[in-house]
Amino acid sequence: MKAEPVYAPPPVIEPGHTFQTVTEQIAGIVLTRRHPYSWFFGLFVGFMGSMMLLMAVTWLLIKGTGIWGVNIPIGWGFAIINFVWWIGIGHAGTLISAILLLLKQDWRTSINRFAEAMTLFAVVCAGLFPLIHTGRPWLAAYWLLPYPNTMGIWPQFRSPLIWDVFAVSTYLTVSLLFWYVGLVPDLATLRDRAKSLPIRRLFGVLSLGWRGAARHWERYEEAYLLLAGLSTPLVLSVHTVVSFDFTIGIIPGWHSTIFPPYFVAGAIYAGFAMVLTLAVPLRALYHLEDFLTMRHLENMGKVMLVTGLIVGYGYVFEAFFAWYSSNIYEQYMVYNRMFGPYWPFYWALILCNIVMPQLLWKKSIRTSPAMLFFISMFVNVGMWLERFEIVVTSLHRDFLPSSWGWYWPTRWDIMTFFGTIGLFVMLFFLFIRVLPMISIFEMRTMVPAAKVKGGKAH
Amino acid sequence: MNSTSIKSRLAGSHGRVYWRSLGELADTPEFREYLHREFPEQASEWNDPKGRRQFLKLMSASLALAGVGACTKQPTEEIVPYVRQPEDLVPGRPLFFASAIPFSGVAHPVLVESHMGHPTKIEGNPEHQASLGATDTFTQAAILGLYDPDRAGAITNRGEIKPWGLFLSAMLSAGSQQKGRQGGGLRFLSGPITSPSMAEVMASVLAAFPQAKWHQYDPMSSDGARAAALAEGAVGDPIYHFDKADVVVTLDADFLTCGPGSVRYQKDFATQRRITEERKEMSRLYAIESTPTLTGAKADHRLAMKASEIEGFGRQLAGAVGAPAPAGPSARATDPASVIGKWVAAISKDLQAHRGRSLVIAGDYQPASVHTLARSINQALGNVGSTVTYGPSVEAGPTDHAASLADLVRAMDAGQVEVLVMLGGLNPVYSAPVDLKFADKLKKVNLSVYHGLYVDETAFLCHWNVPDAHPLESWGDARSFDGTVTITQPLIAPLYDGHSAVEVLTTFTSQPDRRGNAILKDHWTRAFAGGPWTIRSADGQPFKNFDAFWRRALHDGFIRGTAIADGGPATPLSVMPAVPAAGAPAPTTQQAATPPVTPPPATTTPPQSAAAGAQGGLELIFRPDPTVWDGRFSNNGWLQELPKPLTKVTWDATAWVNPQLARERGLEDGDVIELRYRGNTARMPIFRVPGHPQQSVTVFFGYGRQKAGNVGNAPKNAEAFNAFLLRTSDAPWFGNGLEIAKTGERYPLAATQEHHVMEGRAPVRVATLEEYRKDPKIIEEQGETPPRTLTMYPEYKYEGYKWGMAIDIGSCTGCSACTIACVAENNIPIVGKEEVAMGREMHWIRVDHYFAGTEDDNTVEAYHQPVPCMQCENAPCELVCPVAATTHSSEGLNDMVYNRCVGTRYCSNNCPYKVRRFNFLLYQDWDTQSLYPMRNPDVSVRSRGVMEKCTYCVQRINQARIDAKREDRAIRDGEVLTACQQVCPSDAIVFGNLNDPNSQVSKLKLQERNYGVLETLNTRPRTTYLAVLRNPNPELEPASRSTTEH
Repeated sequence: MKAEPVYAPPPVIEPGHTFQTVTEQIAGIVLTRRHPYSWFFGLFVGFMGSMMLLMAVTWLLIKGTGIWGVNIPIGWGFAIINFVWWIGIGHAGTLISAILLLLKQDWRTSINRFAEAMTLFAVVCAGLFPLIHTGRPWLAAYWLLPYPNTMGIWPQFRSPLIWDVFAVSTYLTVSLLFWYVGLVPDLATLRDRAKSLPIRRLFGVLSLGWRGAARHWERYEEAYLLLAGLSTPLVLSVHTVVSFDFTIGIIPGWHSTIFPPYFVAGAIYAGFAMVLTLAVPLRALYHLEDFLTMRHLENMGKVMLVTGLIVGYGYVFEAFFAWYSSNIYEQYMVYNRMFGPYWPFYWALILCNIVMPQLLWKKSIRTSPAMLFFISMFVNVGMWLERFEIVVTSLHRDFLPSSWGWYWPTRWDIMTFFGTIGLFVMLFFLFIRVLPMISIFEMRTMVPAAKVKGGKAH
Repeated sequence: MNSTSIKSRLAGSHGRVYWRSLGELADTPEFREYLHREFPEQASEWNDPKGRRQFLKLMSASLALAGVGACTKQPTEEIVPYVRQPEDLVPGRPLFFASAIPFSGVAHPVLVESHMGHPTKIEGNPEHQASLGATDTFTQAAILGLYDPDRAGAITNRGEIKPWGLFLSAMLSAGSQQKGRQGGGLRFLSGPITSPSMAEVMASVLAAFPQAKWHQYDPMSSDGARAAALAEGAVGDPIYHFDKADVVVTLDADFLTCGPGSVRYQKDFATQRRITEERKEMSRLYAIESTPTLTGAKADHRLAMKASEIEGFGRQLAGAVGAPAPAGPSARATDPASVIGKWVAAISKDLQAHRGRSLVIAGDYQPASVHTLARSINQALGNVGSTVTYGPSVEAGPTDHAASLADLVRAMDAGQVEVLVMLGGLNPVYSAPVDLKFADKLKKVNLSVYHGLYVDETAFLCHWNVPDAHPLESWGDARSFDGTVTITQPLIAPLYDGHSAVEVLTTFTSQPDRRGNAILKDHWTRAFAGGPWTIRSADGQPFKNFDAFWRRALHDGFIRGTAIADGGPATPLSVMPAVPAAGAPAPTTQQAATPPVTPPPATTTPPQSAAAGAQGGLELIFRPDPTVWDGRFSNNGWLQELPKPLTKVTWDATAWVNPQLARERGLEDGDVIELRYRGNTARMPIFRVPGHPQQSVTVFFGYGRQKAGNVGNAPKNAEAFNAFLLRTSDAPWFGNGLEIAKTGERYPLAATQEHHVMEGRAPVRVATLEEYRKDPKIIEEQGETPPRTLTMYPEYKYEGYKWGMAIDIGSCTGCSACTIACVAENNIPIVGKEEVAMGREMHWIRVDHYFAGTEDDNTVEAYHQPVPCMQCENAPCELVCPVAATTHSSEGLNDMVYNRCVGTRYCSNNCPYKVRRFNFLLYQDWDTQSLYPMRNPDVSVRSRGVMEKCTYCVQRINQARIDAKREDRAIRDGEVLTACQQVCPSDAIVFGNLNDPNSQVSKLKLQERNYGVLETLNTRPRTTYLAVLRNPNPELEPASRSTTEH
């Protein structure tokens, strides 16, 4: 085996792997009957969280939105914070799958599968909130959709919430398709390797008759590329539309033109942080160091650093615009964020999102999985705090001092939030059990043997 | 509260300095913690026994019974079967009946809206001089009082339900026993009686039982005013004419919100201060007061001093205007350079410059000497006859209430009282001075009868309980503050087994068991035939016959020509003869058998003695609660949830202290203090109120109730918040010697407004009259209005109507009657204390309150601003609703479609005025059928998860539209009155068609003091405001203040 030239980037797969080892190691995780206890533990935690969510939502439907801490003036609380947070997390998946694919960043192959899964699960968690946060979810479930009806009434297309419905549902659909199309060759691999008949049948159906023919590969490549092209604008559009939920409003702290880029950067930031949060433990748990190499981790660290700086730029300019605008409401909003009653949240946000990621300038930290995990947790928290700042501190003191108010979450808010984390964890643990968490066929193209004949991977 | 941080904040601010009251606290972590801790996870949902759900459950349970009560047999004489449909009754259209709601005996004239036999809404009687169409908050809330499920439901004897007949026979036998002793053991206790018919029944009872005694007690009535009036003989009671007064000085008088005349006074006062295109002058008000009041908030100059110092100030003022001051403690010779000296000099100069057009008013809670002083000053200034007239009392047999009650208790203690009949829900066990130990003495009475709307603290200790009939269920009469005899007629048969006070009293006459209707009609039949009254029709001619007179009286709701000003007599406490035979001369009015009226005691307990009694310590000031009064409205959820003026606290009493005193004692809002006063103790959470006298503490009556009902009962930790625990008979309204101690406990208070500072945003725009005259642009310059071209959309052309509203905050006193009227009109639910604390009150129109001035300045300015929906033309709420549940109507209304609303709350978030209200939980009681009759059938009852807000009373607009279309004409100006507009005693709210240049609202909006709040956002609010103009005396106005920017 020839050594890589010195000028080449570090390998995205550790040396010593062949087609067979790659396939066996990744598919083996799915097809084995034996699973680490930690998997059961993780699933249990996720399951309990999901049950908590179920309980919280049931009680919500029985009693009403009043079980949460929302009030007038703070009409949106945890639900919208969590929605934006989860949607943001979902962004990294598409970014990794689509944009990096188009940019031919082959290091993405070992993380794209579970990043996409993460996207889907995050969007599922996110999608729950806009629905249940309404006063009458049983009506909101379909009244926000443009369907012909006897009342002859359509949704109000000027409302950003309608744009949201389209943006998020489009995003979910495309992400699901993209993920599934990418899974097809691997499902066929699993079908071929599965020993028990029912599982073979199951994967057989799911793999849509994939036989690995050249024509299949050709069509696959074409479809995948098209979907990647379709997804790419979505990365930008979804969070832009989510940011419109705020920017269309006239509340100081919402009504800002900087929001779309700042939200997109924030979403990617949060998404990569979550990918790292998942990748670092998975890598250790399933001994995937060969596939999730240090290069992957380091690259993700770099992306986080860059997007973190963009987010920081957003914070700085929010304050600058407030000062420069001479608008007393904007100025008070910034002052209130920094020194008002919710000041600890603001400074915690600065610590988590701006200060801590600066550690990533140092290569030794970028290449330390433990440190990356540590920093990514800060970013996860920080991005949640950012949404808290945007939603709550903007609303709690708006224009008329007489209507200023307070917001504190209730136990139901907190249960719902952690419940969705539980749901996410449960879905993710189920995913790594039943589907290959790393793209087998794409990893196969990474092994040196794949490059012998054609010279090029693709 | 950290004083240094405020001071530094104040020092760092520019322009007019605004300070915070609770907003201050807002920045402290403790408050956040409090909210966090006190209402952490829907406490109301879980374990608070007084929680909203629990309340609703109890309410439904009790109301289920109420429904049964409503189905009981109706009195035979009232039943009119619908064999033929009555001519006037059109299904879906309400009928209005003129009636009266008595308050402390004095009539508040009303029109009651009745839908298919259910009274649903109370309006003021526009024909009646005491109302002119407006009412106060208590009268508005009476409708809920009627349907209150906690009302006493049956006649009971020692807890057992008895029929009326049994009660009647018990009273007859007690009466016959007493007969032998001339009624020596028979006592009656009631509030003041202004009802001529009831006074006559009382007189006949007293004539039949010469040794029996009638005691009067109203815990909130003014013995000081009464004693001063009695000392003057027949013409002692003042009636003020603010429409003629250019300079008004109050000596601790809250004439705008307290007292039976306040509704009319507000109207006159507002008219006299309203600057219009035609009127360029306004009156000036000086308030010399202790506890801050809404009157003080309206004053151009307010001086805070201890309640006990008011008299001294009055003496100095009397001296300065050359009025003879009655003997009393000599006024402190004050250095004219001192603050007081300066004020006295400036005010007396102003008063003397307006002789005959000025007015000095003594407060109800000041002793007789202050009332005498005020009268003396008014006489010296030649005001009597112009701005104030003195006439006979509208009360029958006015007497010193404290002495009268003390007399009764002495007799009870001595075992002389065998039968005690308490009429009209007085509840003396709760409200009698603590030193009388009324509850203990009551046990010595052989037979006690309690008559009231509730089974309250006193009822529990009495043998017989007779449920009172609500004024909307009974016949009666009463005089309004101006003396007009006002008729109370029933709108509905008694929901419970209620009997009016006069019906109970009549059991002691020779004709027991007469119904209220018979008593009333009989009285006026005889009065029509001859009596002290001059009964004339509106055109001054005598009526043809009694029926014509009676029909007119019932139709109008009052008897014309009975006002004191029209020569109406004092309410006679005498028996009129039977209807004389035709042609017989009317007998003389004053009967020989006039029973002895308890003379005013020689010592009217002047506060000086109280002051001398205990030196040191703080001064304790008592006041009735602004919303539940002395506790008589404790069980009225509307009033409980009505934010109390100046503090905006709901559901609780607070002890008011000056922020300075709070700082010294290390107290913050909500800290529970123990008040020790003359051997008695009570506890209360404090509230810091600017402009409160430094060395005084004000406590409010009405809380700490234990048997008020499910709404009014105090929770365990608030049972000691009862100011009656401190009140002694020698110092009914204030006294020295109070010690306060911090208990270390905190009590959560639910305020609807935490922040009382304008933060330089000028939601209320203010200028002095001088500034406005010089440059009317001064109002406009306080904000910024974007050009109308600043939109991408073409301007919508409103054909037909274009509704709009103008609110004159210069007239608004902050009385909050609009809020209650809106609640009643629009079926707005109450949510309970915990929900209010979470910021979920449902009021569609709130009254914002801002302080201006510096914290330690006792001349704090306070402004009130009613805030309904602005009905913006560029409504931010409309474009963000995903389902188009809030849309713009072709008449410019910002409509809310409840059925379409899914409850995203985005509209509320995007509303810069935050006037939208959301049903976070199922606040409405949908289950209790018996609450249905109270609701306005023209307004949807909203369910959970739906946004709601002010609609400009669209149901009234539509009603008027139907009427207009039927008559093929346009809706006239003034034909549609919104509920808030209709009730407003100050006429501060005007609604109408902006497309009509002659409508009142269009004219108001042309004024240069018209402005829109937050116009800078280009929302183009339809509701605009007329700025406050103040009329300060240049001699007292600090130069720095008059020129500050706002």
